[in-house]
Amino acid sequence: MSAISELRTLSTKRRGPRPTAVTNLRKSDGRAAAVFLAPWFLGLFAITLFPLGASAYLSFTRYDMLSAPQWVGLQNFVDMVHDPRLLQSLRVTFTYVVTGVPLQLVAALAIAVLLNQGMRGLAFYRSVVYLPSLMGGSVAIAILWRQVFGEDGLVNKALGVFGIEGMGWVSNPDTALWTIVLLHVWTFGSPMVIFLAGLRQIPDMYYEAAQLDGASKWRQFRSVTLPLLSPIIFFNLVMQVITAFQAFTQAYVVSGGTGGPSDSTLFYTLYLYQEGFQNLRMGYASAMAWVLVLIVLAMTGANFLLSKFWVFYED
Amino acid sequence: MSTTTLPPGGLRPRTTDLAAQVPARRRRGRWRGRTGSAIRHTAMILGCLVMIYPVLWLLGSSFKPTSLIFRELSIFPSEWDWTNYSVGWNSLTYQFGRYMLNSLAIVGGALLGNLVTCAMAGYAFARLRFRGRNIWFTIMLITIMLPIHVIIVPQYVMFQRLDLVNTFWPLIVPKLLATDAFFIFLMVQFFRGIPRELEEAARLDGCGHARIFLRVMLPLAVPALATTAIFTFIWTWNDFFSQLIFLTSDDVKTAPLALKMFTDSTSGSNWGPQFAMSIVTIIPLFLIFLFGQKYLVKGIATTGIK
Repeated sequence: MSAISELRTLSTKRRGPRPTAVTNLRKSDGRAAAVFLAPWFLGLFAITLFPLGASAYLSFTRYDMLSAPQWVGLQNFVDMVHDPRLLQSLRVTFTYVVTGVPLQLVAALAIAVLLNQGMRGLAFYRSVVYLPSLMGGSVAIAILWRQVFGEDGLVNKALGVFGIEGMGWVSNPDTALWTIVLLHVWTFGSPMVIFLAGLRQIPDMYYEAAQLDGASKWRQFRSVTLPLLSPIIFFNLVMQVITAFQAFTQAYVVSGGTGGPSDSTLFYTLYLYQEGFQNLRMGYASAMAWVLVLIVLAMTGANFLLSKFWVFYED
Repeated sequence: MSTTTLPPGGLRPRTTDLAAQVPARRRRGRWRGRTGSAIRHTAMILGCLVMIYPVLWLLGSSFKPTSLIFRELSIFPSEWDWTNYSVGWNSLTYQFGRYMLNSLAIVGGALLGNLVTCAMAGYAFARLRFRGRNIWFTIMLITIMLPIHVIIVPQYVMFQRLDLVNTFWPLIVPKLLATDAFFIFLMVQFFRGIPRELEEAARLDGCGHARIFLRVMLPLAVPALATTAIFTFIWTWNDFFSQLIFLTSDDVKTAPLALKMFTDSTSGSNWGPQFAMSIVTIIPLFLIFLFGQKYLVKGIATTGIK
């Protein structure tokens, strides 16, 4: 189904040649493949692999684009350890990932299960719930967020109706990050659609058997739905963690590009942008980017290791 | 036309048990009768309303005078102010339409690139045999998950050397070279589900790979191409990071960058025009959503797009 399950099968068993009809028994389509893959190969090397190698090199240099890169060895990485803003950006990003991703997935799963109970108007609800995912990444919504959670914003006006005195949620360092976490949770529509599709693949006979055994709704959810859905939950978790680490637009727009107030929304990629493209410290930014890759790799690896304890594969 | 629907892929095959073929709605839907259902619908509608209220309010407020935006909770303006749109449209260096067209130009290039080159690569991975296919395929899958930040600095240097910064090329060329590997994967998944007999018949008729691809595979792959087109549109339209980096002079700026200029120049004092232009940039997304919903939902569901 997903790129992840694909990688899993590729790594566990070698895919032999498919059984095919006699007419299909040809040796190789090498020449045709070269033609069909030509753009991709060119892109892979020129747009992806070459820059990948170049940024690995740059991460060991000081480079401001005006003069040639200067080899500094591990200096950039040493500097990172002593850079309070970098450590702050890691703190911000991890807080965002560790809270935003699970909250979003729980919301997505809850609403998907609710909708799957055979509710009428499923298609309508699904569309409405998906709408925020469609727009959530846009600058327009980030601008809206700035107003909604501002000092005189919509949220405070709504709270005022109940006699609660609000505050400048975006301008307060204690709350600014949470408005962005909330924005992430708000876009739970897309994982929900994936969950819904997964729920529909669970054969009804399992629920019937559970009912015959007198299992309650909650028990059915725990013992049938959750295990059978766990590969899809896993997939969503892995993908959301990877993308959440790269969050940029919302923090950039809500904080006006600063990561403020007091660096409370200084996301890792935002700091990377500031260092690389505003302060022209391209070497440092490259080093940061590689650390990001290692973090994402480590998180994905950890997810895969932990999956042995909770993801259930039927086959 | 069972051949043209997306294959269920890695999910377990549907059971053939007769009971399972009765729609779930009829049997599980009895849930505590009508009251329960009414409660759930009320809850869902309330929930939906809370969720999209900010967006509806954005729409309503774009017709309110700025002073009213800060006072009114209601979606509906108590006093209409149409000038937000004309003021917003004209208050940046260029008319806002220019930025919209810039965005559209990039989207157009990205669409062309992704549709053509990702389909080609997808066909090769799904149907052709060549040495190292599994290795290349694995590399392709890994590039899907590679953060763009780790290649953006050298890319910037590269495009700057070529004097292409502040043109649309740095944003379009990667798409023309199929670097959005996600869509290759989507096409591979789809092509794999097309019965091989069709190609074999074509081959017996003397078709080569080019003809098979163009005449047999592509026409059958319209749903996958539609999904690719829709997501390319949405992602490119919403893209901000790479546009922010590659487009810095006013004449090439895109709609999101222009919106962002509002927040710089006016320090948030004129929310009315800002809101109006926000709505303008959302309209294309909304239209795509309206007309492409079928492919959108199917695409997300079968491939797990974020």
